[in-house]
Amino acid sequence: MNGGVGDPAELGPRPEAEIPPEACECAPENPVEQFLRTDRMPHIWCPGCGIGTTVNSFARALLEAKVDLDRVAVVSGIGCTGRVAGYVRLDSFHTTHGRAIPFATGLKLANPNLLVVVYSGDGDLFAIGGNHIIHAARRNLDIKVICVNNFVYGMTGGQVAPTTPVGATTTTTPYGCFEPAFNLPALMDAAGAVYVARWTSYHVRQLTRAMVDIFRKKGFCFIEVITPCPTLYQRKNRMGEGLDAMKYYKEKSKVRHGAPTSEVALTLDGDIIVGKFVDRERPEYMELMRSQLAAQLGDRYVEVEHLVCS
Amino acid sequence: MPHADPKGVLTGVHFMDGDHAACEGAIAAGARFAAGYPITPSTEIVERFAARIPTVGGVFIQMEDELAASIAIAGAVWAGAKAFTVTSGPGFSLMMEHIGFAAMTETPCVFINVQRGGPSTGLPTLPAQADMMQARWGSHGDYEIIALCPNSPQECFDLAIRAFNLAEEFRVPVMFMMDEVVGHMTEKVVIPPAEQIQIYPRRHTRLPPGEYKPFEPGPDLVPDMVHAGEGYRFHVTGLTHDERGYPSMTVAAQDRLVKRLKAKITRAADRLACYETDGVEGADVVVVCYGITSRVALRAVHLARERGVKVGWLRLITVWPFPTKQLRALARQIKAFVVPELNLGQMVLEVERAAAGQAETISVPHAGGGVHDPEQILDAIMEVVR
Amino acid sequence: MQLTEIRIAGFGGQGVMLSAHIIGKAAAVYQGAYATMTQSFGPEARGGAASAQVILSDRPVLYPYVTRPDILIAMSQEAYHRFLPELKPNGLLLVESDLVRISDLPAGVRVHSIPATRLAEELGRRMVLNVVMVGFFGAITALLEPDALRKAVIDSVPPATRDLNVRAFEKGFEYGLSTLHGERKIETDHPPLPLESQH
Repeated sequence: MNGGVGDPAELGPRPEAEIPPEACECAPENPVEQFLRTDRMPHIWCPGCGIGTTVNSFARALLEAKVDLDRVAVVSGIGCTGRVAGYVRLDSFHTTHGRAIPFATGLKLANPNLLVVVYSGDGDLFAIGGNHIIHAARRNLDIKVICVNNFVYGMTGGQVAPTTPVGATTTTTPYGCFEPAFNLPALMDAAGAVYVARWTSYHVRQLTRAMVDIFRKKGFCFIEVITPCPTLYQRKNRMGEGLDAMKYYKEKSKVRHGAPTSEVALTLDGDIIVGKFVDRERPEYMELMRSQLAAQLGDRYVEVEHLVCS
Repeated sequence: MPHADPKGVLTGVHFMDGDHAACEGAIAAGARFAAGYPITPSTEIVERFAARIPTVGGVFIQMEDELAASIAIAGAVWAGAKAFTVTSGPGFSLMMEHIGFAAMTETPCVFINVQRGGPSTGLPTLPAQADMMQARWGSHGDYEIIALCPNSPQECFDLAIRAFNLAEEFRVPVMFMMDEVVGHMTEKVVIPPAEQIQIYPRRHTRLPPGEYKPFEPGPDLVPDMVHAGEGYRFHVTGLTHDERGYPSMTVAAQDRLVKRLKAKITRAADRLACYETDGVEGADVVVVCYGITSRVALRAVHLARERGVKVGWLRLITVWPFPTKQLRALARQIKAFVVPELNLGQMVLEVERAAAGQAETISVPHAGGGVHDPEQILDAIMEVVR
Repeated sequence: MQLTEIRIAGFGGQGVMLSAHIIGKAAAVYQGAYATMTQSFGPEARGGAASAQVILSDRPVLYPYVTRPDILIAMSQEAYHRFLPELKPNGLLLVESDLVRISDLPAGVRVHSIPATRLAEELGRRMVLNVVMVGFFGAITALLEPDALRKAVIDSVPPATRDLNVRAFEKGFEYGLSTLHGERKIETDHPPLPLESQH
């Protein structure tokens, strides 16, 4: 996958990605390939985009966590990251703008055996979908949210997002963004998420490990992944290419596990606090529902695991 | 067709309002998941579902808004459940996005709209039938839906089952267009034994993963379904897609998909047409009506007959697809259609289109908030024959 | 049964809706007739005035609303004033005698009254006044089989209060019968309703 999936730690060009898999029967299969709909390649992401990198981590994390892939469902909204659902060879749902979370809610409640992963962008999850994500966190619904934050609306051409740092230029803030941005980990922490972490697309191994963590943890889990958008955000703000972003992430990232989420807000060119900020236990939505109904209804309560119709 | 699961069927004779009866119909039809957001005058439906479903084996969740409720049901359907949501005008407006999504992704589900006066917040506690065109055209793009219109609590039960069955058969969102009067009116509701309630089962593919294509239509233009977690590793998108379910941004793919989504309903229009008539043969005037207005209109028809007018009554049960062909045939035999409705003239446009100049079409509008005085409808009938 | 329009009105908390529900259910479920019940919703229905409408008939009810009630059951002064003008010229008025003072009664209206609240209190629970009223209605009008009404009462109240409600029904019913038999002073000049005319 050109410019996307690969090990960014190498930072250099990846000649193996230039060769279509079918043209190179002798080459060992990339372990990630089985997770991808190769019949849909090439993907739409730009060279240097960080989304593919996160997908690489996602695939490796599924392998590492030894998840039964038949029970994984990926739900995306709309936007560049929203296209992830279309590229992973898993049950996958590309929903409407902002509504990945409520779709995932229905999916999970009707079949709690599924590992439901919501994979979407910052604009989709926190602007148009902002109401849904705080309520899913409040309920502690057992879904895993991976939010790829590139600070702009990419698919529509680089408009301001609720995550755009003050001072950044976008196509709809041509004189610089003056709106304060959301601090996503703080918002998710306050809303009740049981796991909150932030990494960048430079931190491939840490990101993979964090994903393994959330696949194994019950409840509403949230990972913010800071990624470059070289075509729009980087260019508009004279931040260079994808490679320059990696250098910036490497230099400015400070790992602070357990940092109070109120202290991890991002700025245009300041430090990026990364790490696992929240990891706590709270009863999950279905558990709460079942125990309440069982307590109130006794024998009359009919507990059904999977609401499958005939 | 298999019959209903007896666990959910409240067999017996009840004195029940339309909202509660619609809920019982949904449960009898096999709905085990509902997501809602409170809104008058529909809330009793989800209140009853919330109370009943834990004892039947299912889930109700009150979502943060109607946008969420209307797509949570799609999620539940793709996990295997039969699901529905319930709302009224303002919420229905918010749900348009996911009526389109359900149409595009061929997600079988039911949207219940207990209509109240609008626009905007309008008359929360009072009736209207002013969302009839919204039910058909409210979401963007070209698509078809099915809409049913009950006129009594008994029909709220019976037609709710039919709504779910049609949703499954055609893999389409079905609009269940109640109104405040029918929703809040209490009458006798007979719920038959489960074995007498036929249920259209989920169209689940028999093909194994690898051979199955999620959007490859059968002879009736409807594809078979699979559910998440079954090993098919399938993809569903609201983007224009090919038979594999993959996005395909081409004129050809758009033409193929959108035309099929439309044709799978329109080709079955004759079979879907469902209406009740009274004295239409030999009539000079036929009153075309639906929902609560049909009952008021029938009283007017009786009054007109007492005055010697040859007047028929035709009540639409399936409102969409509109029975154009059937009304066109009727238009050739009569002088005029009289169309009373609790709006300023919506379905009358369809009647007029169907009549195609063969018969006059008279609208008897009512802005909503109450029902017609039968005299208003009578006057319109008498005007035609004068 | 001819089409009979009934309006029941009082104030919030008196169980107006339940009494309408019981009457409708008795007709529709236990007597093979048709009944349509509607009620006022909305802020105006909370707290203050409460009103329900039931239409009984041996044929399907088309128009769902009461326009000129044949019977008005008034359980508050406000309800009396508000709905009396609707009552048919020869209509029947049933009132809660301690709560409604009769005035300006149009000629031709037949009136019967019952201290339903007091009778309910004698049974130990003021809240069953609505069922006392249903019993009274049953005896005075003879529109419905007493047993149909009794079954509808049993079927419409919480199981724990069944006995109490049945006793409330009987109390109202007996009060109605004795009113008809002239054992109690009838508060108007009008003779009781001839039973056969109701069928």
